[in-house]
Amino acid sequence: MSKSYYQPEDLSKFGNINEWSPELGKKFFEYYESVFQKGALSAREKSLIALAVAHTIQCPYCIDAYTQDGLERGIEKEEMMEAIHVAGAIRGGASLAHTVQAMNIYNKLSM
Amino acid sequence: MATKSLKARQNELSDAEKQLKILSNSIFLSDGLPTFTSKLKQHNLPPIKSKELEILQMNIGYMCNQVCSHCHVDAGPDRKEKMSIETMNQCLKVAHRHKIKTLDITGGAPEMHPDFRWFVEKASSLKIPEIIVRSNLTIIRANKKYYDLPKFFRTHDLHIISSLPFYKRGKTDRQRGDGVFNQSIEALKELNAVGYGIPGTDLLLDLVYNPVGAFLPRDQDELEQEYKIALREDFGIEFNRLFCITNLPISRFLEFLIASENYEGYMTKLVNAFNPNAVSNVMCTNTLSVSYDGYLYDCDFNQMLELKVSGRIKHISDFDLASLQNRSICVSQHCYGCTAGSGSSCQGVIA
Repeated sequence: MSKSYYQPEDLSKFGNINEWSPELGKKFFEYYESVFQKGALSAREKSLIALAVAHTIQCPYCIDAYTQDGLERGIEKEEMMEAIHVAGAIRGGASLAHTVQAMNIYNKLSM
Repeated sequence: MATKSLKARQNELSDAEKQLKILSNSIFLSDGLPTFTSKLKQHNLPPIKSKELEILQMNIGYMCNQVCSHCHVDAGPDRKEKMSIETMNQCLKVAHRHKIKTLDITGGAPEMHPDFRWFVEKASSLKIPEIIVRSNLTIIRANKKYYDLPKFFRTHDLHIISSLPFYKRGKTDRQRGDGVFNQSIEALKELNAVGYGIPGTDLLLDLVYNPVGAFLPRDQDELEQEYKIALREDFGIEFNRLFCITNLPISRFLEFLIASENYEGYMTKLVNAFNPNAVSNVMCTNTLSVSYDGYLYDCDFNQMLELKVSGRIKHISDFDLASLQNRSICVSQHCYGCTAGSGSSCQGVIA
């Protein structure tokens, strides 16, 4: 067994999850494919959202997959970085917004 | 970025045999990736055979004013190989006699061939239904003697197909050299000015996108729309269609893949993206490629790998349509480039 939890080559084995539960796996992948189809949002916009989310959940497979997906779609590095900053801003903002709670508690308990 | 061809640098990758050896190296041994031939078998597909000949693609010489980092021809200013008038005449004879639908002129920069204009005039007088010139655009701005090319193209109703790797400067210049983007934009404006790519004219101006790196192209229609909007809004440029072409792992692109340690990853990507539906439409089924010295190949890539057509007839001077149709196509692992994803050909996606 490898000493690392993550192996780059495992990304292409994602489909193997069907082996242990074909029915649920099939439903998941059909859903997945539908989600990324062009709709009210373009496939390009969805790719950038996926990249930002990938960084939020810090999934190495997803980061690999959606950086490549973006390259293939002609998405430029500046666009990718802006999308990732959106993820960063929301993450950072979520931490900072909670300081209101800390401030409330601090103020309530202090004389 | 290199400014000389692999050949001028005496790089071992200028040797076709060496390239073929790499394309069959350890990653394609029994427990690794399947070879192209075994992949066809896995999908119950028969070996590829040619069908009706529609396109005669002539590579009239390897000289070019650019040294693009992905070039499969290893073209450049230092390449002197060029087609003789005798071979050009033999090609025209074949195209005329067999009513070939399309003559596809490529290089190098074909316009740099000293007999290019003579050849086009002669081909045009034979009323071949379609004559394509694969122009790199910058040649139009490279020297005064080329400034009138747009008018020359129009006079002979040539179909222009030009590479523009991206609609923004950075990626184009990274692949094709500094300044290439601006010159290409100027050339496109001049082609537009004589009517090329303008709606309502029959003067076709198609662009070619190929990825600037070790990844595959994606969604030709969507990218075409992006190109159209960007080129129109930023530069007022119009064109007809965008063709997405996959980079094949040979010559200078192979050099890049190996030097950047992307070779295995790229080949794996190509193999995993194998699309059985693309196989029946690969361009070798309706195209013959002629090299500057008159030899016949299944495609321009096989020409660079020196894989001549199978069968008795190997040279344009011995051309015999019956024996060339239904011939077995010579394949190696580079063929995965034409069958990945939506497939790839000199006319863009095929599946």
